[in-house]
Amino acid sequence: MVAFALRRLVVAVMVALAVSALSFGLMFMTGDPAIAIAGSGGTAADAEAIRIAYGFDRPIIVQYADWVTRALSGDFGRSIYFNLPVTEIIVSRIPITLKLGTLSFLVALAVAVPLGILAAMRPNGLVDRLALGFAVLGQAIPSFWLGLMLIVVFGVWYGLVPISGTQTWRGFILPVVVLSYYAMPAMMRVTRSGMIDVLSADYVRTARAKGLPEWIVIARHALRNAVLPLISLSAVQLGVLLSGSIVIESVFAINGMGRLAWESLLRSDLPVVQAIILILSLIYVVLTTVSDLINAMLDPRIRGGRA
Amino acid sequence: MSATEESPMEEAPTRSRRARVIRRILRNSGIIVGGGLLLVIVLAAIFAPLITSADPYAQDLSARLLPPFWMDRSVPEHLLGTDHLGRDYFARLLYGARVSLGVGLGVVVAAGAIGITLGLFAGYFGGWVDMVISFIITTRLSLPIVLVALAAVALGGASLQTLVLVLGLLLWDRFAVVTRAATQSLANREFVVGARAVGRSSIGVLFGEILPNLRGAVIVVATLEVANAILLEAALSFLGLGVRPPMPSWGLMIAEGRENILFDPWLIALPGSLLCVLVLAVNLLGDGLRDITGPVTR
Repeated sequence: MVAFALRRLVVAVMVALAVSALSFGLMFMTGDPAIAIAGSGGTAADAEAIRIAYGFDRPIIVQYADWVTRALSGDFGRSIYFNLPVTEIIVSRIPITLKLGTLSFLVALAVAVPLGILAAMRPNGLVDRLALGFAVLGQAIPSFWLGLMLIVVFGVWYGLVPISGTQTWRGFILPVVVLSYYAMPAMMRVTRSGMIDVLSADYVRTARAKGLPEWIVIARHALRNAVLPLISLSAVQLGVLLSGSIVIESVFAINGMGRLAWESLLRSDLPVVQAIILILSLIYVVLTTVSDLINAMLDPRIRGGRA
Repeated sequence: MSATEESPMEEAPTRSRRARVIRRILRNSGIIVGGGLLLVIVLAAIFAPLITSADPYAQDLSARLLPPFWMDRSVPEHLLGTDHLGRDYFARLLYGARVSLGVGLGVVVAAGAIGITLGLFAGYFGGWVDMVISFIITTRLSLPIVLVALAAVALGGASLQTLVLVLGLLLWDRFAVVTRAATQSLANREFVVGARAVGRSSIGVLFGEILPNLRGAVIVVATLEVANAILLEAALSFLGLGVRPPMPSWGLMIAEGRENILFDPWLIALPGSLLCVLVLAVNLLGDGLRDITGPVTR
């Protein structure tokens, strides 16, 4: 287990480094960042001044090493637009995005798991077909459009919820509904197919033959083994929710990290964008690494030959 | 003697297998419904100029925000009304299908080429090649796709070509994962070993022997990624970093309709519903194809 954990951690660190290089390199991918920052109205002299002020005249490797060392100590440079430390801005915006993401994740889980189990108990039955239809629809609806339509119906027509912002808890209802419906279908499908596999296994038949009530068979014997793929997927979905909230935050005018990323892009505030890309990627790397370790702890087969 | 007797016997099973596949396709409601809907949308997009004579770019400021036919005040020459610049909404929706389908197709071709090549190499050669490619896949999966696509389009300048290129460079991961796994399971089969024994090059074996056997899996992934690309294009265009106005993209139309969301919500409802129908059709087709090609994909 220790060997597996170490191997997995080495991979995680390497991926983190590659991701940091990519988010850093994004700035240089399309040419001269100094000209991009100077904007369309900037002169060559402006660009030159920016080049020196930001250190763009140094070799790229040196700039990258400098950026990564600073990032490790929590310093992502200064925002061009706000003229404030990037870290400070992000720290003020990140709580609402995390709140929205985890809340939506929990709602998705609370709907997907029971629905997946019910669907698996009678494959091709009425519940299964309805659940599948619900999931297929969820995968086809563009989340930003669903958000707008819900605003029209519940915000404008019925006035049940505020049409933007998160000043009260009511403001969270629609964004959470939209985001959780976005994450739910995949989780429902994985629960369902995992349960179908497990429910036909010998030990479940034995448990039933012993005369155990069906809910104990499902909760204690079946679910435990069907849960492994769900853990992996949960890590992925939580990451997807955090980055997917970019679109949703702009629909509902929520001042989180996603909206900050979008607005920073529109005003070419690249240090902020780089930092957010890196942070979201690192969150994803940490989540998937942790889920792999949990899976390895629960299932010795994953750890590989040597124990 | 044996040759004349054997040929019909060899042919019979292939013909009945083809018939069986066709029967399975016809019995699969996902393929029929999804494929049928998709066909209608594709035909509508191709023959858009024949279906409506209205120009999707022609503005008429004296006929702004006319409602569609089921509401009062609607006029017969604009069946689905007009937008905030007086452009015919029906024409814009029709031509918008071209953008969605074009993006879906272009992205899948680019992403498929990258992902399939990587997957073939990783699955066939194994060892350090597999390690490196798997690492690339893991790294790609760690990137927040919407944000990276937005940033790349913002830096590269919003246009249809940039968008297709960026999404193509981002959406190859599932192709690679599926191709890699399928290639691994085929790499030691007799026909591959045989082809290698008679001296075919690795490239020849990969693209000549293994790739044709992956058709089913690749087509299923391709449909899923078409749907993915269409939704991403709409989201990016909605955020103002996809295709540029005045191009009629459904995502962009939703963004433009947003200013009139209070009084004319149909401006948003129409393009959004079409997006739903299109993505639903592609997904149903993909699910149906997965059912008949067997459990190859995750």
